[in-house]
Amino acid sequence: MHSATLKPSPAAKILWVAIAIVGAWCLGVVALRRGEPINAIWLVAAAIAVFVIGYRFYGKFVEHYVLKLDPSRAPPSVLRNDGLDYVPTDKWVVFGHHFAAIAGAGPLVGPVLAAQMGYLPGTMWILFGVVFAGAVQDFMILGLSLRRDGRSLGHMLREELGPLPGIVAMIGVLVLMMIVLAVLALVVVKALTHSPWGTFTVAATIPIALLMGAYLRWFRPGRILEVSIIGLVLLLLSIWAGKFVADSVALAPIFDMDAKALAWWLIGYGFVASVLPVWLLLAPRDYLSTFLKIGTIALLALAIFLAAPMLQMPAVTKFIDGTGPVFSGNLFPFLFITIACGAVSGWHSIIASGTTPKLLANEGQARMVGYGGMLMEAFVAIMAMVAAVSLHPGVYFAMNAPGAIIGTTVEHAAQVISQWGFVVTPDELIRTAKDVGEQSILSRAGGAPTLAVGMAQLLHNILPGEGMMAFWYHYAILFEALFILTTVDAGTRVGRFMIQEIVGLVHKPLQGTESWTGNLLATAICVALWGYFLYQGAVDPLGGINTLWPLFGIANQMLAAIALMLATVVVVKLKRERYVWVPGIPAIWLIVCTLAAGYEKLVGPISFTAAADKYATALASGQLLAPAKTTAAMQQIITNNRVDMVMTGLFMALVVVMVLFCLNALVKAWRTNHPTANEEPYVALADVAVH
Amino acid sequence: MDLRARLQTFRKRAVQTARLCCGVPDYEVYVQHLREHHPERKVPSYAEFFRERQEARYKGGGGRCC
Repeated sequence: MHSATLKPSPAAKILWVAIAIVGAWCLGVVALRRGEPINAIWLVAAAIAVFVIGYRFYGKFVEHYVLKLDPSRAPPSVLRNDGLDYVPTDKWVVFGHHFAAIAGAGPLVGPVLAAQMGYLPGTMWILFGVVFAGAVQDFMILGLSLRRDGRSLGHMLREELGPLPGIVAMIGVLVLMMIVLAVLALVVVKALTHSPWGTFTVAATIPIALLMGAYLRWFRPGRILEVSIIGLVLLLLSIWAGKFVADSVALAPIFDMDAKALAWWLIGYGFVASVLPVWLLLAPRDYLSTFLKIGTIALLALAIFLAAPMLQMPAVTKFIDGTGPVFSGNLFPFLFITIACGAVSGWHSIIASGTTPKLLANEGQARMVGYGGMLMEAFVAIMAMVAAVSLHPGVYFAMNAPGAIIGTTVEHAAQVISQWGFVVTPDELIRTAKDVGEQSILSRAGGAPTLAVGMAQLLHNILPGEGMMAFWYHYAILFEALFILTTVDAGTRVGRFMIQEIVGLVHKPLQGTESWTGNLLATAICVALWGYFLYQGAVDPLGGINTLWPLFGIANQMLAAIALMLATVVVVKLKRERYVWVPGIPAIWLIVCTLAAGYEKLVGPISFTAAADKYATALASGQLLAPAKTTAAMQQIITNNRVDMVMTGLFMALVVVMVLFCLNALVKAWRTNHPTANEEPYVALADVAVH
Repeated sequence: MDLRARLQTFRKRAVQTARLCCGVPDYEVYVQHLREHHPERKVPSYAEFFRERQEARYKGGGGRCC
């Protein structure tokens, strides 16, 4: 049955050889050309060739030999069709839904941070990481879930590995979620600090969402598309109005906030938003951010193709030695945890075992949705990389290096960055800030502002006009802030339900989602958990992202390692040992990266321990180190670093425990001479009456 | 004529995708399912169906990706 698809016609063979040659040529240019800038199109073309070949050959190999997907087998959507959650759906519709669910802020942030090492290391990791690890993880977890009634990752872990490993993994997920929410909220804080224009437009999304919510509830129930268009028009108006707010002497100070104030506003907002009924604020914002996200990704792709910018950042910078200002640490292992989403993202294993397996109408479509969807996300990461490295490197480092390193004036920043070999004048930094309508662009780490400047320059190239760059900049900031805040709302709500369940074990009445006491209490705990890390980031000496992003990367790759380990165990349980390396090698790679990065964050010069000790020593001798201005602030920085130490240790312990559980299961399965995986029995699709 | 039918299918699928991305499955498919398999149950109006799905989307279950 598969032989026809596996043996291509001569014409197809010639086509694939041609794609391979073109891809290899582009990749050669990207990897080997030195000294002169290359055009972004080389990089984009190389990426497309690698993805297409990976999809056609490796994806197909995983489909036929490792997962042995069978188009004649009835999937959960057919077997358990309930018209709501389980519905056989057109493959393109499932693909769109899956991509919208996995694409978030992650692939836009990681590559921008990793650009400090040049475009080559990050690009190579995205290209080969996604083909051999990220897409394999998404696809395999989807495949496993398809054979298990569309069960969730947690459920599959409990079934295949035992109840205890299931619980351990779920604790990991909860902690990871708190770190994700904190670090994403910090991206917003970094983008809006002392930016009245940006803060006004983001604040305006609240009344706009309330209006949309009321419209959907009472005026035109369920008209999502209609109300989203109204919302979009209002959003664009608020970007336009933001300029007048920023220029106004009376209004600007109201929206001009420092990082601490913004962090408190976000914490308060997160609390209120997740207590209010969903239809009022969360749902309408969600609709708007989903459509804006897809639209903006398409716009970015169009801008890159039309503008075809030159890559101004060198292929490899001297910062591969670990002395970079954006994040500390060597290429190995820190590049591989800095770019998580885009190359391999643990979160996807939750999505791939969520709604998607309940919608697929046929197992034969899983490769396109699971493997292909992740390749699309990697393409978004490549575009973010292009936007960052097509900026002037001096501007890039001014935006991403913390104030503790480059100072707080353009003169000092330009001097420090020029010494690194990226010659930039104070005037250039001032002009860039002015072009995008901001007072300063210094130390706006977190990816969003850099991407926004990159995008604004690209769009300005194809659609020039007076003041348009500032509009595009604030559009890009708004779009990122909008979907990050949606994630924060939704995540707080999910976290609240999880916590309510745990608290409910102790005191039953608090479990009911109707209980206002339980509701408020669990929300407060959840907000306090991520709020703590957010506030810590806002007062951090190195600007926050530098500290929190590695923690997030370690946690996210930890989850990916767990998902790939599950896939490895199942492959052996199915007695397909000869293919154990397919999920096994990426799993080992991620375990090595997380443990190595975790170790360096615990011991040594760039560790949280070293940072805590440095401040503790200074405090003991009565000194104050910047940015702390009081003894209490010094004490807080010490505590924060110690908490980060504990978190790193916790993640490492989780990885080690899961490795032991998996090894145990692997040995057991290897010794058994028959398949032991918990697959649902085969039912032929032809035997099930469709509808 | 053929082209027109194709465009209509395309439009339908696009709308279906957009709604599904927001957690709202196909209403017509659900109604058809109810009629065929559960004729005893009351068929909800689109507004009722929409509200139920809106609540269900944020009830937990992994949340959103980074």
